[in-house]
Amino acid sequence: MRTVYLGLCALVAAIVSLFPDPAVAAGGGAEMLVVVADKRMVDSEITKYLLDVYNVNPFLMGVWCTILTAALGVTLGFLTDQIMKRTGIDLTSRKIVEH
Amino acid sequence: MDWLYMYMPIAGFDIFWPGLVLIGFSVGVIGGFFGMGGAWMVTPGLNILGFPMAFAIGSDIAHIAGKSMVSTFRHSKFGNVDYKLGVVMVIGTVIGIEVGAQIVMWLEALGKVGPVVRWVYVGVLLLIAFMVFYDYRKAVKARARGDVGERGAEGITWYRTLHKIKIPPMMHFRVAGIYCSAWLPIFVSFLTGVLAGFLGIGGGLLRMPALVYLVGCPTHIAVGTDLFEVMISGLYGTFTYGAKGRIEMWAVFVMLCGAAIGAQFGTVATKYAKGYGIRVAFGLAVLACMISIILKQFKYDMSATVLILGAVGAISLYIIIIMVRGAAQELREKKEAQQLAA
Repeated sequence: MRTVYLGLCALVAAIVSLFPDPAVAAGGGAEMLVVVADKRMVDSEITKYLLDVYNVNPFLMGVWCTILTAALGVTLGFLTDQIMKRTGIDLTSRKIVEH
Repeated sequence: MDWLYMYMPIAGFDIFWPGLVLIGFSVGVIGGFFGMGGAWMVTPGLNILGFPMAFAIGSDIAHIAGKSMVSTFRHSKFGNVDYKLGVVMVIGTVIGIEVGAQIVMWLEALGKVGPVVRWVYVGVLLLIAFMVFYDYRKAVKARARGDVGERGAEGITWYRTLHKIKIPPMMHFRVAGIYCSAWLPIFVSFLTGVLAGFLGIGGGLLRMPALVYLVGCPTHIAVGTDLFEVMISGLYGTFTYGAKGRIEMWAVFVMLCGAAIGAQFGTVATKYAKGYGIRVAFGLAVLACMISIILKQFKYDMSATVLILGAVGAISLYIIIIMVRGAAQELREKKEAQQLAA
């Protein structure tokens, strides 16, 4: 399963870097939004770092958003997968019945 | 009740976080079952919660990317994802979206983009809904006549005609059980890509039926393979919107927690649903989406939002019932088999 996860991540990374134009879900071009995030309202150092990045380096923010989303997707996928396995349902096969 | 509100550090406001979890969950269920991103469902929900529109679309896309990963992995284990087909289709999708986006820019220059896009969207959704219900009616009649083929009783079989086109290279998509010219999925994905780029949507709504009716995928494979494409496009969308400062990451994390659970429910429910059941429920979702766009066109924004959220709630409930009933029956049968063996 780990190989499948790693293989998928590598494939996605390759496709995304090879074809940077498929703004499929993007729904057209988005204009740059100028909003300055206020660090004074937060305590966490990680949050402060991300807000700094948001304020000064949009490209890096895009990279972080992609990495964090993918990482969280994989982690939550793995965790919920483990929970589903414990239900006793057969999660590896199914019959394709159209009618 | 302060604990029910969470501070969004980028947008700088508090939001009712259980609402985000609920939206994520519902869209996870529906997306996992139908094989689509579901941006059209999320935006009205975020709007209701008071989420600033400037961040709504970007946050929505990031959450869809993460949610589609969960669903794709689960579908993959069921054997519902034809990766080869997915990768071949990416080629057509990429070119198609660029062409669609260029058409929009041309219409923008003419100053006619708004109404044209909306009415084309309505037309396309109407066509999809018509196809789904017409196919269902035809299939029911075929079954009543006893006209049952290899894949059971079928309604629309346009894919059979398209499979007769033998332009090389011919490809065998093992998981989908299709042998056809590689140009067929490329052309179909190009077509859906043009429409997606033109309409400014993810494309799952268009690709899923196209995979079924034009490429000839069994419904379950169409759902899984489509989610694989939604995942790729969603990740790119996350990058581009993130770089433009349009993603509230903390909201995405919260929505993803609900979506990951919902995606498991929706995906596992496909195991207990028949292909035509998925298609008909999909047709109803498409109809709800179409009516909401018409309502928006005539400025009935609140009615459109209520309709979308009502449809999302009802369809999610329907899918959860399928999943729970199916799982309960499977576990009961398993237990009975164990008792018999003992």
